[in-house]
Amino acid sequence: MENAVSIRELSKVFGKTPVLKALDLDLRKGEFAVIFGPNGAGKTTLLKLISTLIEPTAGSVFVSGFNITEEPEKVRKEIGMLSHDSYLYGDLTAKENLHFFGKMYGIDGQELEKRILQLLKEVGLVTKADERVSTFSRGMKQRLSIARALLHRPSLLLLDEPYTGLDPGASLVFENLLKSPEFQGSTKLMVSHDLERGFALCNRLLILDKGKFVYDGFKTNFSGFQEFREKCGSMLA
Amino acid sequence: MIRSFYIAAKDLKAEFRTKQMLNSMFIFSLLVLVVFSVSFGDFLGDAEKVEKLAPGVLWIAFTFAGMLGLSRTFVMETENGCLEALMLCPVDRGAIYTGKILSNLAIVFLMEAVTLPFFIILFNYSLGIGTLFLLLLIFFLGTFGFIAVGTLLSALTLGTRTRELLLPVLLLPVLLPVLIPAVEATAGVLAGNSIGNLVPEIRLLAVYDLVFFVISHLVFEYVVSD
Repeated sequence: MENAVSIRELSKVFGKTPVLKALDLDLRKGEFAVIFGPNGAGKTTLLKLISTLIEPTAGSVFVSGFNITEEPEKVRKEIGMLSHDSYLYGDLTAKENLHFFGKMYGIDGQELEKRILQLLKEVGLVTKADERVSTFSRGMKQRLSIARALLHRPSLLLLDEPYTGLDPGASLVFENLLKSPEFQGSTKLMVSHDLERGFALCNRLLILDKGKFVYDGFKTNFSGFQEFREKCGSMLA
Repeated sequence: MIRSFYIAAKDLKAEFRTKQMLNSMFIFSLLVLVVFSVSFGDFLGDAEKVEKLAPGVLWIAFTFAGMLGLSRTFVMETENGCLEALMLCPVDRGAIYTGKILSNLAIVFLMEAVTLPFFIILFNYSLGIGTLFLLLLIFFLGTFGFIAVGTLLSALTLGTRTRELLLPVLLLPVLLPVLIPAVEATAGVLAGNSIGNLVPEIRLLAVYDLVFFVISHLVFEYVVSD
C-alpha cells in the first residue's frame, strides 16, 4: 500500500545551522502520529517541509506519492494545515473566509455552500457566519481555523501545536472532528508539547531531538501514558 | 488565472470594507496637488509654465500616494499568518503575485481617477472626452509598471523592520524608466497631442510593463520563500 508520507534522507540547513539531519519516516494511510521534542528540535521545520512551504536542502519527501519539489501543487491539495496562527482574514466574515479558501482549493457552487454550512455547524459558529473575524475571540478564531483546515477534506492533516489558544470547548470540538467518520480515514501528523493529549489522540509516537528521530514507536508498546512518560520523558528534557 | 481573481476580489472586499488604503492614498495625493498649486500660484495663469510643471506634479502625487498603498499590500497577509495560508493553497505562487497586482492596480487606478478632477480644477485645465481617454490610457500603462515592480518589492521588504523606509528607497530608482515616459506622455496629452505623437512613450511604457511583469512573476516564488 502507498504511504501517505514517505521521507528519505531529509536534511534542512538554515545558513550554517543544520536543523534536520537525514531523516527517514514512513506514515501509513490513516495513521495518527504525534511528534514530541524540545524547542528547536526541528518539528515545525519538518511540517513546513512536508507542506511545501520550504524546500529541503537534501533528501526527498513524497505525499500520497507526489514529490514535494516536483509536484508541489498536487501535494498542497492533499494537505490541511492547522497552526497556532489562525490563517484567517480579520476584515472578512467567517463565511467569506471559508468561501475564499474553498475556491482557492477548487471547490465551488452548491458543494462549497454545503461544506461551509456543515463545518460551521460542527464548530458551533453557524450563528456567527456573517460576522467579521476581527470581532471573534481567540477560541472562536481557532474553531473557524479548524473548519478552514478541513474544508477541502485533506487526506493529510498537519497539526502544528493545534491546542495553542484553544479553550476547553474548542479542544473538544477539535477532537470530535478528528474522530468523526469523515476525517477518520485521513492521516494525521501532529506536533505538540502537550504529552498527555498527544498520547491520548495518536497511535504512533515520535520524538525528535536535534534534527533526528530518537524514538519511533506505537502507542500499543505502552500500557498507558504514565509508562510512556517514565520511559521517554528523559528524551524530551 | 481564475484564482488570481479570487485573491484580488478578496483584497478588494477587505479594502472597500475598511477603506484604510484608499482614504489615506486619496488624501495624500490631494494634499500634494493642493500644496503644489498653492506654491505655483503665480504661474497658474501662464499656460506654458503649467504645461511644463503640472504633469510632474500629478505623477509625484500618484507615485507617493501609490507607495503608501503598496507598503500595506502584504501587511494584511502577515496578520494571522495568512500569507502562509495562501502559499499552502494548490496554486502557482505566480498566481498570488498576479492577484495582488490586480487588486493594487484597481485601488491605485481608482485613487488616480478620483484625483484627476481635482487636478483639472486646481491647474485650470479643460479636457475633452478624447483627451481624457488618452490620459487614462497613459495612467494605466504608467500605473501597471509601477504596480508590477512595487508589488514585488513590497513582498521583498515584508520581512524587514524598516519596510516603510526601504520600499521607496528600492522602488524609486527602478521606477525612473517608467516615470519619465509617463510624465512626458502625460505632458503630451495635456498639450493636446494626438496618440500618433505619443507612440514612442507609449511603446516604452508597454515594454517596461511587459518586461517587469514577466520578470516579477517569475521571481516572486523566490521572494516569498524562506
